[in-house]
Amino acid sequence: MKKRIMAILLEPVFRAFLALLLMVVIGLVFNAHGAFFKSGTHLDMLRENSRYAILACGMTLVIVAGGIDLAVGSVLGMTAVCFALFTIHWGWPPLIASVACAGIGLATGLVSGALAGQFRIQPFIATLAMMVFARGLAKSISGGEKISTSIHQADGSFKFGTLPPVFEQLSGRVWNDTIPVVLLVLLVTALVCWVLLSRLRWGRYLYAIGGNEEAARLSGIPIMGSKLLAYGLCGLLAAVAGICHAADEQQGDPEAGMGYELTAIAMVVIGGTSLSGGRGSIPLTLLGALTIGYLDKILSLNNVETAYRLMLTGLIIVCAVLFQRAKR
Amino acid sequence: MSDPVTGSMLWMRNIGMVFSGVRVLEAVNLDVRAGEVHVLAGENGAGKSTLMKILCGVYTPTEGSVELDGKTVKFRSPRQATDHGVRMIHQELSLVPALNAVDNAFLGQELSRAGWVRRAAEEVRLKGWLTRLGVDVDLRRPVEEYPVSVQQMIEVAKALTFDARILIMDEPTSALNRPEVEQLFAVVSDLKAHGCGVVYITHKMEEIYRIADRITVLRDGKYVGTARAAELRQDELVKWMVGREVKEHFTQRTAHAGDEVLRVQRLSVADPTGRQAWRVRNVSFALKKGEVVGLAGLEGAGNHEVMEALFDTTSGRVKGAVWLEGKELNRRQPRMSIREGLAYLTSDRKGKGLVLDMSITRNTTLASLKRFSPWLVLRNRAETEAARRHGKAFRTRYATLEQPVKELSGGNQQKVVLAKWLETRPKVLLLDEPTRGVDVGAKREIYELIDRWTAEGIGIVLITSEMPELLALADRILVMHRGEVTAVMKRGEATQERVLAAAMGQGDEA
Repeated sequence: MKKRIMAILLEPVFRAFLALLLMVVIGLVFNAHGAFFKSGTHLDMLRENSRYAILACGMTLVIVAGGIDLAVGSVLGMTAVCFALFTIHWGWPPLIASVACAGIGLATGLVSGALAGQFRIQPFIATLAMMVFARGLAKSISGGEKISTSIHQADGSFKFGTLPPVFEQLSGRVWNDTIPVVLLVLLVTALVCWVLLSRLRWGRYLYAIGGNEEAARLSGIPIMGSKLLAYGLCGLLAAVAGICHAADEQQGDPEAGMGYELTAIAMVVIGGTSLSGGRGSIPLTLLGALTIGYLDKILSLNNVETAYRLMLTGLIIVCAVLFQRAKR
Repeated sequence: MSDPVTGSMLWMRNIGMVFSGVRVLEAVNLDVRAGEVHVLAGENGAGKSTLMKILCGVYTPTEGSVELDGKTVKFRSPRQATDHGVRMIHQELSLVPALNAVDNAFLGQELSRAGWVRRAAEEVRLKGWLTRLGVDVDLRRPVEEYPVSVQQMIEVAKALTFDARILIMDEPTSALNRPEVEQLFAVVSDLKAHGCGVVYITHKMEEIYRIADRITVLRDGKYVGTARAAELRQDELVKWMVGREVKEHFTQRTAHAGDEVLRVQRLSVADPTGRQAWRVRNVSFALKKGEVVGLAGLEGAGNHEVMEALFDTTSGRVKGAVWLEGKELNRRQPRMSIREGLAYLTSDRKGKGLVLDMSITRNTTLASLKRFSPWLVLRNRAETEAARRHGKAFRTRYATLEQPVKELSGGNQQKVVLAKWLETRPKVLLLDEPTRGVDVGAKREIYELIDRWTAEGIGIVLITSEMPELLALADRILVMHRGEVTAVMKRGEATQERVLAAAMGQGDEA
């Protein structure tokens, strides 16, 4: 009995949950004159962090397979630009625009995967290159400007287009204006990734490759295909987040998503997943995402200055990881 | 049981060790005299390595005391142990691959003056020991460029450069060839003559009786006894180790070879280092169902490369043809080879065999996941069932099937890898060192398994560095020397002397 309790206490999920609980308790103490007790606060937090969490789900796939993807922030920016361009400027139907953006995201991921898998470039470097390249592509597509309803004409004047309703729909809320749509997108994303990682054969492949690539290869596991899958899905999810981002900002900003990859990695790591691969799960990542989300929310509710917020976030990442690693 | 001799310079008394509530050592005693080789014997998981890690300061014991020259000492780090003259040669190589021999040998304990490393002095000191060990290496080249056996000797030299009074050797010969083993033994007797006490861990019976003055046996973390090597008969020793009587070491298999299952013709493997054109030249043989063919050879003979090239040609250039049940296998990649009915147990269990963080179940099904997920969805219950079935058949000892395999002992880990390959339902099993780092009991069980598989019609290609094992298991032995087959011997014809002679290039019937 005592042994079983010990085993539960040592479970990574339990620890990640404990870290989240601690964060909520801090929120209850520093409740900013009761603001923390309002349901709106929590729904806002979820809405603000869903995009990061979508990235983090894709990142989990890659990290479990022993890699890393630094390009997701840039790909988010690039697909946000593309989505705005396709729908506002070119007037494409939202569904076709979304599929095209998802395809672009998938393609960037597949390229990263091929660089890491086939050409054996270290994932950090391969995706760093993709990160820089995608950012450049975003700026070149947009001509360095934000893509919005004010369209720059050749003669220097502005024409004002209309914002397609899909922008309002995606950034809005459902069920009596409570549940953010982007949260639903996250839940679907998380469900898909969770099923892949814990139920499907290819998920097992990712764990095996992250745990011991050579043993996996000799066991007949398709290394290249698995890596393409992980990086490809990660890129596709970056595109999904990019579409949501464009909808939220009602424009396509080529500078969007700067540093988002680091937030996504932080969420994965705070969940207790090690960067060395072979371990981790979607529930862990979601717990990590909530922890970071609450941290940010509590700090902003209490009007902590950005400078201190950043410093505190850094400290808490270290503490959370040390806590995850502490034994017995 | 050991008499309270005076003259022992090291005493470990009533050592107990508890890891997170699990007792791994209980009331263990060990004393080492100046100028003796004290063999520490026991099955895997008996607690030998833990005891030695306590001695050299890696662990602090939960109970008991360590006395050196009559004074109680408490080592809190390997550094403190080293300062007291206790050095350990680890079982697994602990060299930094990209550093050269000198930098490795003096890592963390560089000879220095005013912060400047005295390289010349270091080189002289290391060179002296390497020469005595009969190893010739370029001290400026990274150690990773040398074969494992040479690296092992550098490891030994590293321990010797700091005049050790107590030297702990944990299976130092597992990666060495015969001539190197001889050199090592010569150095050990040299050390004895100089009054150094040596604690020696090995699984090889012939080594124990070759060099031991006294033997201490541990079993399941408990002290069984200490005896003079001359007074402890071999069967008695085995009994101490396993706690039960083991009648004979090897079963004699009755041959029941059937149709040909594997045919290899003029197989050549290019040398990856490019020092010579071909690492393996024109190896041909056929394997029948239920037959065991041994590939013998000393380090660098090319037998490992032959086995690898049968299963996996992705890493290098390979010539020649391989047929499995009449079907030619052209481009051989692990995935296709497995599908055709080949299975390859590598000698590097941790590096190439297991995913250490994964559970027993998941490792068991790793190479046959398709069968466990007909519609992509994994059938966990079927997986658990398969793992349980193999666990039972192999008598694997584990707490739960969801336990990560890294927590198992070497022998049980090996059984999990074997289970993984059996689960692919192979026609031919390629076994490279199936009993390396495996204790006596598990070894015997693996022999029985090999017998059972051949009875089921599986053909086996076997490589083992333990000669008695090879002679007992193989129906036919191909002896290789420098990439070529120098002799083929049938069971009964082969003797240790003849195999060794052929392996050293003195083939009498090539």
